[in-house]
Amino acid sequence: MKRKTRMWSNLSAKIASIPMLITAVGVFILCVAYSIALSFTRSRYFPKFDFIGFDQYIRLWTTDRWTVSVSNLLIFGVLFIGFCLVIGFILAVLLDRNIRMEGVFRTIFLYPYALSFVVTGLIWQWMMDPALGIQNVVRNLGWESFNFAPLTSTEYAIYGVVIAAVWQGTGLIMCLMLAGLRGIDREIWKAARVDGIPLWRTYIFIIIPMIRPVIVTAVVLKAISVVRVYDLVVAQTGGGPGIATEVPAKFVIDHFTERGNVAIAMAAATMMLLPVLLLVGPWVYNEYVRRARA
Amino acid sequence: MTQKENAVARGRKPKKMSPARYGLYGLLIISAAFFLTPLYVMIVTSLKTLDEVRLGKLFALPSTITFDAWIKAWSTACTGVTCEGISPGFVNSVQITVISVIISVMLGAVNGYALSFWRYRGANVLFGILVMGAFVPFQAVIYPLIVFQREIGIFGSLAGIVMVHCIFGMPIITLIFRNYFSSLPEELFKAARIDGAGFWQIFLRIMMPMSVPITAVAVILQTTGIWNDYLLGLVFGGRDNQPMTVQLNNIVTTSYGVREYNVNMAATILTAAVPLAIYFLSGRFFVKGIAAGAVKG
Repeated sequence: MKRKTRMWSNLSAKIASIPMLITAVGVFILCVAYSIALSFTRSRYFPKFDFIGFDQYIRLWTTDRWTVSVSNLLIFGVLFIGFCLVIGFILAVLLDRNIRMEGVFRTIFLYPYALSFVVTGLIWQWMMDPALGIQNVVRNLGWESFNFAPLTSTEYAIYGVVIAAVWQGTGLIMCLMLAGLRGIDREIWKAARVDGIPLWRTYIFIIIPMIRPVIVTAVVLKAISVVRVYDLVVAQTGGGPGIATEVPAKFVIDHFTERGNVAIAMAAATMMLLPVLLLVGPWVYNEYVRRARA
Repeated sequence: MTQKENAVARGRKPKKMSPARYGLYGLLIISAAFFLTPLYVMIVTSLKTLDEVRLGKLFALPSTITFDAWIKAWSTACTGVTCEGISPGFVNSVQITVISVIISVMLGAVNGYALSFWRYRGANVLFGILVMGAFVPFQAVIYPLIVFQREIGIFGSLAGIVMVHCIFGMPIITLIFRNYFSSLPEELFKAARIDGAGFWQIFLRIMMPMSVPITAVAVILQTTGIWNDYLLGLVFGGRDNQPMTVQLNNIVTTSYGVREYNVNMAATILTAAVPLAIYFLSGRFFVKGIAAGAVKG
């Protein structure tokens, strides 16, 4: 009788986990495998399984639009993560110095994070408008040669996207860093002061190494959002001028929708997946799977 | 992370502000200005007439406040084919968000509970796959889902878009609940087991009443996430379920001749209003939610 109950309740647990099983295996394994499989075929508008090896990948890497997308992603990723970390850290340090109205400042720095990327892209498109945006205001103040219309030039447009992304993404990093700083033992500060170490050196050589796990987490989270960047570009620049701000995520969507080239889209999606798996795989294993066993 | 550690000496402030303190506040105020400027610009622009917008005085307050742009954005602006403003998008977004949030939070709670207390074989592996799933770019999953939904005939329907949101929300919500349930004392669960309570009984009578705060975190996280989604709504929304973000982008990019910036800005604010309201009303929970992805179990 007792045994029966145990079986039964364990059975309930298993039944309750069916949606999770379907999602984990059906979506995150089978769907991904299906996407990868299609990248080795000649599928156009509809999936078909006529395997042709790596042809799509060769075609992909010889497509300008793709190589531009990848280099944009690298430029964007490095600048975006760099600025978010530096500014986020500085803001966290400032907020950690016992200031008045800390809550108000924190709220101000984090609110853009609550907005949709579409909203962010549109706001900054408007701010960077050459005739009506910031540029015009500054010129009217008398600085005639002032230039701030990055979205109109193929060379600088991607930096315009970086500014918008940093505006939206810094608050989160500040939050994480602040939590890290608050976790530091107060004794450390006293010891550093007694030893006569200047404040900035204490931060750089003692505090930063101490909050390294937080920094790693921040970089991982941001790196993921970099690979995914899509709505921001669609709203702010539409990938233009020309193909100056195309990104891989947009390449994939455009190719399996309006361009009707599923196979190359899936090859591009597979290329997006690789860095994520390489980056996150070990981290997830460390954080969750191994820890759970311990 | 606890409040105790940042307890500082309250009491009288030092009499003199040192130059360093001035610098500190100066930096903070400059940063705050940078973060607030776009919001300010959006609001003042949406309250101006189009003629006034064209003067190019971005930061100037409107000479006379008018809500015409708001009315137009809400009810008559054109989104490509139709000219009903952004209100249909609002209705769609509410529908999609409410249904998806309810289902995905319930699923995530059950998952987290099952993973924490009923350690059946393979639970860890399952959870590992799910967490990896949180990081998989949508692009590597979307197309097969489209094919699948076409096959079973729900592509472009409300059911289709809700299903997709539940799938992509599952990893993070499961993670949040699992971390929370793992932090509860195991004795609680064991005692209930000894008293003969089963899987659902323990879940509904003991665990759920104890997890109101964490449920609030999950609901807030999902609500803002789903409301702000653009890509999934664009691909899976079909013609009848386009969320507000998609409609907004259509309004702005559909420019027959004149670009009505004030209307665009009003539509943008309307789209941002819901997540902003959630953020300002639930600050602490919101922060907890976004940090959840980074919190150790």
